[in-house]
Amino acid sequence: MEKRTKINAEAGKQELQITREFDLPLELLFKAYEEPEIVEQWMGTKVLKLENKKHGSWQFETTDAKGNVVFKANGVIHEFVPNRKITRTFEMENTPFDVQLEFLEFEKLTDDTCKLNMHIVYRSVALRDRMLLLPFAQGINMAHNRLQDIVGKPACR
Amino acid sequence: MNLRRDVFQAIADPTRRGILLLVASQSMTAGVIASNFDTARPTVSKHLQILTECELLEQKQTGREIYYYINAKKMKEVADFIEPFRKMWDDRFNKLETIMKKYKSNK
Repeated sequence: MEKRTKINAEAGKQELQITREFDLPLELLFKAYEEPEIVEQWMGTKVLKLENKKHGSWQFETTDAKGNVVFKANGVIHEFVPNRKITRTFEMENTPFDVQLEFLEFEKLTDDTCKLNMHIVYRSVALRDRMLLLPFAQGINMAHNRLQDIVGKPACR
Repeated sequence: MNLRRDVFQAIADPTRRGILLLVASQSMTAGVIASNFDTARPTVSKHLQILTECELLEQKQTGREIYYYINAKKMKEVADFIEPFRKMWDDRFNKLETIMKKYKSNK
């Protein structure tokens, strides 16, 4: 079966593409990016701020069971075109990773299906490669919490 | 030598995965790497040697210090290394889809 989420990361480039087709009308996919309460559900993080407009900004924060902040990210929104496009920056706080630029394009396929294309640009090739390899290095099921304790912060969003 | 098998043996060990995670975010010296683990320094050195031998890590001399870097090129040769990144997004999008299907039927 063909994979529904595809990653295109060419060697030696400081960018990557994530594409995904959804069994959802375009408007519903876009709503999942627009409504803070829905973003919280699928991203698994608290949305402190989400200003969906040009020059708006956003802020996410995740706390563990003890109330410690384990993930904090923020950015600004450069373009917000309902059902079409979001251009924004993404920055993980308290990590050695630089801010990244994200272009999200939403495309209608049929009345009940649509497609998302995420184009992410990193500061350098090395930085992109590290981001790409982090979920692997972290290990999805293996020693996950132990590793987080070691590094003292989440390694991926 | 079966390099592919060696690579997988190298990453089967949780401490070595921990080392890769540390170095993935920032290059660092053996001393700094060791200070992040409870394991004895010689044991960490052994792990670094294994990771360097199968080319997952690279060494670079800067002044008197040797820094360890992740060899992203080597790691990408094994498709499985990118799979967790893809899986992370796939899981997230599957969740989004499930939530929005429910949202739709509740309307």
